[in-house]
Amino acid sequence: MQHKLTSTALAAVIAVGGVMATALAAAQDNAQFIPSMVYRTGPYAPNGIPFADGVADYINLLNERDGGINGVKLTVEECDTAYNNDRGVECYERMKNNGPTGAAAFSPLSTGITYALIERATADKIPIFSMGYGRTDASDGRVFPYVFTMPTTYWSQATAMIEYIGKEEGGTDKLKGKKIALVYHDSAYGKEPIPTLEKLAQKFGYQFSKFAVPHPGLEQKATWLKIGRQLRPDWVLMWGWGVMNSTAIKEAAGVGFPMDRFIGVWWSGTEQDVIPAGAAAKGYKSGAFHAAGSGFPVHADIKKHVHDAGKAAGDAKNLGTVLYNRGVANSVFVTEAIRTAMAKYGNKPLTGEQIRWGFENLDLTAVRLKELGLDGFMNPVKVSCDDHEGSGPVKIQQWDGKQWNMITDWIPPMRDVVRPMIEDSAAAYAKEKGITPRDC
Amino acid sequence: MEFLQAVFVDPFVSIYEYPLFFIEVLIGGLLTGVMYSLVALGFVLIFKASGVFNFAQGAMVLFAALTLVGLMEYGLPLWAALIITVGIMVLLALVIERVVLRPLVNQEHIILFMATIGITFFLDGFGQMIWGSDVKLLDVGIPQDPIEIKGVLINKFDIWAAVIAGMLVMLLAVFFQRTRVGRALRAVADDHQAAMSVGIPLKTIWAIVWSVAGIVGLVAGIIWGSKLGVQFSLALIALKALPVLILGGFTSVPGAIIGGLIIGAGEKVAEVFWGSAFGGAIEDWFAYMLALVFLVFRPQGLFGEKIIERV
Repeated sequence: MQHKLTSTALAAVIAVGGVMATALAAAQDNAQFIPSMVYRTGPYAPNGIPFADGVADYINLLNERDGGINGVKLTVEECDTAYNNDRGVECYERMKNNGPTGAAAFSPLSTGITYALIERATADKIPIFSMGYGRTDASDGRVFPYVFTMPTTYWSQATAMIEYIGKEEGGTDKLKGKKIALVYHDSAYGKEPIPTLEKLAQKFGYQFSKFAVPHPGLEQKATWLKIGRQLRPDWVLMWGWGVMNSTAIKEAAGVGFPMDRFIGVWWSGTEQDVIPAGAAAKGYKSGAFHAAGSGFPVHADIKKHVHDAGKAAGDAKNLGTVLYNRGVANSVFVTEAIRTAMAKYGNKPLTGEQIRWGFENLDLTAVRLKELGLDGFMNPVKVSCDDHEGSGPVKIQQWDGKQWNMITDWIPPMRDVVRPMIEDSAAAYAKEKGITPRDC
Repeated sequence: MEFLQAVFVDPFVSIYEYPLFFIEVLIGGLLTGVMYSLVALGFVLIFKASGVFNFAQGAMVLFAALTLVGLMEYGLPLWAALIITVGIMVLLALVIERVVLRPLVNQEHIILFMATIGITFFLDGFGQMIWGSDVKLLDVGIPQDPIEIKGVLINKFDIWAAVIAGMLVMLLAVFFQRTRVGRALRAVADDHQAAMSVGIPLKTIWAIVWSVAGIVGLVAGIIWGSKLGVQFSLALIALKALPVLILGGFTSVPGAIIGGLIIGAGEKVAEVFWGSAFGGAIEDWFAYMLALVFLVFRPQGLFGEKIIERV
């Protein structure tokens, strides 16, 4: 008798489970799949975790508050790359066909992985969205139809930094004879701004020196003795990542280099970079393409619909940190590209090829940003067939010992310098790979 | 020709023209080298007692620092957090001896080495699971500002680190030379079988050695954690200790110190004066190259024991 009851209960559980699984599968069949490459493990995990949380929480917000995009639910799957190129490619191959229509778009969150994926993703017709990283020349949409670099790139940022330094010195004409040094992560990422800074050195007459720091950058005493005690530059720029940043800040303070003349790339301008450096970091500056802080309506919504509902992707204390906000910005671009594509292809899960059209026709106006609860959070962006970067302006922020504060308005990049470099480099790539550029 | 000049002429001209800067680089390198020695000491202790290269030493440094700063974040004062962390490192040593090492007694050294790789991954993951992956600020009151002495800039932090490392070495020397346990440990290091035959308990000695290595790891974690912040990358400082060990010998405490000083000073001088000739960022590989050059002349390292076997 007991055996029969157990069998009946088991059958009931299997039946209910089966119905639930079918319902879940049906729900997923009608959902748009968004892959999320993260690094919650490895040496760069302190930076990867808040970014991944921001990405997931914003998509969760759309599902919880709005029922997805135009009634189409979003499903997200994370794959941990640990910031390794080989694992990035593995994650791509594993996730590219998931969901009813395949992956919407990949955000590799690593310049190295971006380089590794460009040809594969183009062949598979899946967009690569490398927001503020990756190869800058991929901004030329005629040669790289599946790569999007908005809202700005390393080359644009380098020009904005020089523009800012020029302004601080009393005009770019005053840059002649000044010494500007670059401390960079000895990798494809760290080397990205070098051609731009060298070109600007020719244009403005400043003396440009560069100092490579080998991965991971735990020990930089020799580098900073050369900079702070021998070269004694007027300004130092930094293209660093992870522990390299906080070590550089401390070593710079150790040789008495003034923090307010030390500017990092936006990946060197996070809480993870300045907090470990303690008081030494006060006054340090960095580039930025979005705001820090949790005072925007979007944060209130995330708190209400995601965190308070117990659905936060990670620790709630990350809300409003620089990298969390960057993750939110990443999801805003991806989901708005999907929304744009739906206006053309209909409210249903879309293919990567269709979402590529959405990216290319994205027009994130000030009005739209306000509707999204992001008024003042970032600059409006309009993408086009040949320009996948958008407008590209940058702000400079400064650490006051407790928080990041914006100290400039949007600084437009020197388009007359950057765009020809992008087109020349993209044309060389097209020639090397035998690509016929699209006619935009 | 230009390259030859950058290697054989320019650096010496630069040193001649700016002797104070050379002294500054040299002192900075020596003080950094002491910090490398601090990490290398943990390796030496375990290798001396068991002949095992403890791959997990870097992970132990990270785990100790994470535990200390984690306890401080719970509001414990530094002294209390220190005592509890020491207790946890001793407990960890006992667990490693009981669970990992004891079942592997009499196995090949390579098996024990593989086991320490397993311990590394366990500690990296376990430490972050308990205390999180965030970068944590560790401030134990060591001053960080630089001072200038007769035109030579020295960071106070580096001086403090050197003093702490020096005191630790003296304590270890007393421990090895003057205490009963220390003498037993040296006996085990010399010959396991002979030591056991006169009644020295190998398992107890291993537990003690791993405990001491854990405490050395804690000191290294405090110093490096104060410098870099406590984060996953702290485990990678083990890489900076390897050339020190190659040069100084795996079995010598003085070797770890002298090796650290030579590697620290050598890599800094090379980076500053010869770096530009090679495109910069040479200090990491230069340290290994320097160690390998020493190996050509002394394969056992500067202070390592010369192995003579009859065949």
